[in-house]
Amino acid sequence: MMTEIALNILDAAENSVRAGADYIEIDVAADTEKDMLEVSIRDNGCGMSEEQVRKAKDPFFTTRTTRRVGLGLPFFEQAAKGTGGSLKIISREGEGTTVKAVFGLSHIDRMPLGDINSTIYTLAVFNEGIDFHYRYAYDDREFVLDTKEMKQILGGLPLHNAEVSEFIRDYLDANQAEVNGRRIL
Amino acid sequence: MKSLEELKAIRERNQGKIGVRSESKTQTRVVVGMATCGIASGARPVLTALSDAVQKEALTERISVTSTGCIGLCQYEPIVEVMEPGKEKVTYVKMDPDKAMEVFDLHLKQGQTVAKYTLATQQL
Repeated sequence: MMTEIALNILDAAENSVRAGADYIEIDVAADTEKDMLEVSIRDNGCGMSEEQVRKAKDPFFTTRTTRRVGLGLPFFEQAAKGTGGSLKIISREGEGTTVKAVFGLSHIDRMPLGDINSTIYTLAVFNEGIDFHYRYAYDDREFVLDTKEMKQILGGLPLHNAEVSEFIRDYLDANQAEVNGRRIL
Repeated sequence: MKSLEELKAIRERNQGKIGVRSESKTQTRVVVGMATCGIASGARPVLTALSDAVQKEALTERISVTSTGCIGLCQYEPIVEVMEPGKEKVTYVKMDPDKAMEVFDLHLKQGQTVAKYTLATQQL
């Protein structure tokens, strides 16, 4: 099982990469009033058939040929349900997939969000051909990282350029700290 | 809040590097497995450690570090594959950031395979 929600997000987003997505939206939003932490990963990849959606949360179902189990989504669901939450998959063949997980924010069994910035950094920098839109929100504060917007400013300079990748790290860390204040997810 | 303004200055400073593509046929490719088994076993910091080391030593023209999906050897994750032109692929298994740095120093910089971490030396 993953030790951080951020690793579940990385796993779900890697599924989107393998599904041939060229645009992935990741949303992380904490709401203290609703006592919820909502996480969603939405892509424009190849999508799944109705049967695949039905079976996606079965640990003994996978479309991969290199192994016989698919544990990522079942683990993700287990982590969410253990906090009184849920995991939903919406998908259509040829249109893309959305994975949405809801966690009880203050639930004692909720695993930490963890190093979400490393997850977003890893996805953005190591998948140059894919555009990412990442939103991080805590109550009424939020920030966005949009790699399409970044690439327009950079005019061809790659995200894995040393200065650019260091900027991405700083941007994520500084803005998350400002949104969080003294709170930790 | 930090904004994207700084990127304009970064672009100016790196004008000469825009549009320059590395010759991929002569590059050493380092690939880190990033499927569920890899992520759960600790592949994310291994990937970051290798990428940071290559950048810090300005070896990005010679070495590319990327991620891939399931390699099919889940019990040996995290896995790092090193593919040098004209040489056989070397598969390192059960990696962590410290071992990755050893592989970086000995194999990627000095051309010396670190046999003790390879798949070939694991008891199957």
